[in-house]
Amino acid sequence: MVGIVGYGAYVPIYRIKSSTIANQWGNDPSSIERGLMLIEKTVPGLDEDTITISIAAAKNALKRARIDPKKIGAVYIGSESHPYAVKPSGTVLIDALGIGPDVHVADFEFACKAGTEAMYVAYSHVKSGEMDYAMGIGADTSQGAPGDALEFSASAGGSAFIFGKENVVAEVLYTHSYTSDTPDFWRREYQMYPRHGGRFTGEPAYFKHILGCGRALLEKSGMKPEDFQYAVFHMPNGRFPLKVGKDLGFKQEQMTEGWIVNFMGNTYSGSSITGLTAILDVAKPGDKIFLVSFGSGAGSDGFIFQVTDKITEVQDLAPKTRDMLNTPQKVYLDYGKYVAYRKKIHFNEY
Amino acid sequence: MRDVAIIGVGMTKFGELWEQNIRDMFAEAALKAMENANVEKIDALYVGAMSSGLYAFQEHLGSLMADYIGQVGVPAVRIESACSSGGQAVRMGFLDVASGMHDIVLVGGVEKMWDVEDGTFVLATASDQEYEAYNGVTFPGLYAMIARAYMEKYGLTREELAQVPIKNHKHAVNNPNAQYPFEIDLKTVLNSSMVADPLRLMDCSPITDGAACIILCPLDRAKEFTDKYVKIRGVGAASGPIALHDHKDLTRLEAVFLAGQRAYNMAGVTPNDINFVEVHDCFSIAEIVVAEELGFFEYGKGGKAIAEGQGTYGGKIVINPSGGLKAKGHPVGATGVAQIIEAYYQLTNQAGKRQVQNARIGMTQNMGGSGGSCVVHILEGM
Amino acid sequence: MANSQRYTREIPHRYRLEAQKFPSGFVSLPRRLVDPISGKKEFEKIKLAGFGTILTYTIIHVASDHFKFQTPFAVAIIETDEGARLTAMITDTKFEDIKIGAKVELVFRKIMEEGASGIINYGYKAKVIV
Repeated sequence: MVGIVGYGAYVPIYRIKSSTIANQWGNDPSSIERGLMLIEKTVPGLDEDTITISIAAAKNALKRARIDPKKIGAVYIGSESHPYAVKPSGTVLIDALGIGPDVHVADFEFACKAGTEAMYVAYSHVKSGEMDYAMGIGADTSQGAPGDALEFSASAGGSAFIFGKENVVAEVLYTHSYTSDTPDFWRREYQMYPRHGGRFTGEPAYFKHILGCGRALLEKSGMKPEDFQYAVFHMPNGRFPLKVGKDLGFKQEQMTEGWIVNFMGNTYSGSSITGLTAILDVAKPGDKIFLVSFGSGAGSDGFIFQVTDKITEVQDLAPKTRDMLNTPQKVYLDYGKYVAYRKKIHFNEY
Repeated sequence: MRDVAIIGVGMTKFGELWEQNIRDMFAEAALKAMENANVEKIDALYVGAMSSGLYAFQEHLGSLMADYIGQVGVPAVRIESACSSGGQAVRMGFLDVASGMHDIVLVGGVEKMWDVEDGTFVLATASDQEYEAYNGVTFPGLYAMIARAYMEKYGLTREELAQVPIKNHKHAVNNPNAQYPFEIDLKTVLNSSMVADPLRLMDCSPITDGAACIILCPLDRAKEFTDKYVKIRGVGAASGPIALHDHKDLTRLEAVFLAGQRAYNMAGVTPNDINFVEVHDCFSIAEIVVAEELGFFEYGKGGKAIAEGQGTYGGKIVINPSGGLKAKGHPVGATGVAQIIEAYYQLTNQAGKRQVQNARIGMTQNMGGSGGSCVVHILEGM
Repeated sequence: MANSQRYTREIPHRYRLEAQKFPSGFVSLPRRLVDPISGKKEFEKIKLAGFGTILTYTIIHVASDHFKFQTPFAVAIIETDEGARLTAMITDTKFEDIKIGAKVELVFRKIMEEGASGIINYGYKAKVIV
């Protein structure tokens, strides 16, 4: 059996409300809250980036996996906000966690699906017998341009998954990927903010790829939507994942647990997989989970997991995702603070 | 060892000296000291400076200063021990003369601090760069952590702490070389901007340009040059942990205690014999802790004693008659030498309105970092 | 501020809290050849678990340029459960929760950036356990 042996998420404590952003630009806050179904989103602290978030999530995954970090043979971080343009994020992580130096490390980028991409490769290494353990991480501190619709959703956080063969808590039953060249959203080198095709990001991009991947996964597995206790999809806003799930035949109650976007925002590479951690936090042995990510450009990775009876041993070994999301330590930023935290203004160089 | 005398002194005014560079300042003080001591030729030169490299982009001060005071050819070196560089230079000059190696030795200290914008960074290089400064702590921050620990342990109040700079500013009114020769009151201290909680701007010594120089010679030759000279009766120096966090008791500065004991032993005197002391009040809390380490007050009682007037004229001992680092100014490398100059003035009865009556024995205490180094001198009037 | 060369040398201590325990009980986070208490040269390599207590602290309002845009921020002296002393910035904590005696957990954070084009400096910060 090959699957997840340890999982962990990390959610920063800082938040900005959709209404704060809406008021800044003269938008109607209620149309964002109802239309996009976004109440607030996470913001990284001044001292947080994709590397520190990945490390915090990976620490939580290690707490649940209860293995010697040295046994991990590969580490992949998927993100569209790696702090360096050239110089890996993963090297910081392995040295901070005592993994390696005998380890394969790579940074992945594929818009919002770099996290599942990292998981897919980590899983494949273990399945092939190449190594006993491999870790895949998705984390982001994404930016939306001031005044752009993305500013309401682009948030910070991430999740880490250690794959192995022993003490598996969620077995990977099936995977599928679906990819085409669809430039619905992009960011060129040296550009601070991404650009997107507006409505083009919907039907021909998000829906086409998730539906394509999801349908193929159902066909491959011979399973039906009603066979699953949980389903989770990439969450660029509140509405899209619920709609795409319904189109695939899932019901609202199957999607509720992993649907964290209304208070988390879109954590890009960490989006659907942080929803997965919220599901694993409450899942029971035997539960089946359906996950399809989406990354602009464009592609989707799909996973079918079956939770094992080991899950109950590990759920309490690290902070739970919804507890981090609802922490009483939350600090709300005003728009001015938010702009400074996200370095959206030009500072003098010292 | 030979007995050593101080036969002349000279210093610049302390403050914002926009017209003078580092060599101008040093030359002014050195030439004044030589004139004051009636010497034209020196045998050796010691320059104390904390960070001329980062402040003025100039190292190799020994050579530079010897050149610019017309003494090329003499052995000349710079001494560095953070904020105690000046006092440590005096100690090296003392050893040079006492050993019999040289007779006429010029010891100076200098710092040009107003030419850089990020002086906070420069000062923080006196802490453990990799394990203190790296983590964002500043020098006011280190002393603020001492203050916090002291206030918690001994119940010192914020108002009592404020009495240290209030007293020192009062003393500085009568010091023509002081940077800030004016009085401040409790309101001024408590309303001044927060630097590192609980320390406010008025708890902190200022940024200062300045230089100070003295001339040393064997005691038995002093009369050849002047009738105004003092004897260096005791010298003590010590080191402490570089990082504040490695001080076992965070309300103490053990290097000050050790240096003080060594100076007392060499001089054969006790705290009761000392008529005044110039201490290193880089921050208000420092004066309190130092006064305790030197034995003037019991541990935990210095703050209240100074607040009650025991550190000024008419009290137990006059602390910082010059105005101290807070009001006289603190050009770091020059400070230790300037303290000696104040003691010289007091012991030769030249301190004017700030004269400590019947002063016969005085002490100076100069310290580097958060207690990483300390040097104490005991001087005697002749 | 640390350039790549200086930064890389301290990684074992800053990233993984690798420390040395000397016979006197003294624990040093930076590398040392000699026990400052006993003068002995033997030691055991340990890894700090990352939990400790605040011994004293300050809130810094005037910082050096590298930390200028983070002010006001708190810095504390912490004694770890193993007895190591260290100075660390406090993060993700309300100032009113910072007290002498408060328990903290060390977390991995960005400490500063070497301007827009230099290396990013990471290390430990302390978070008060509320």
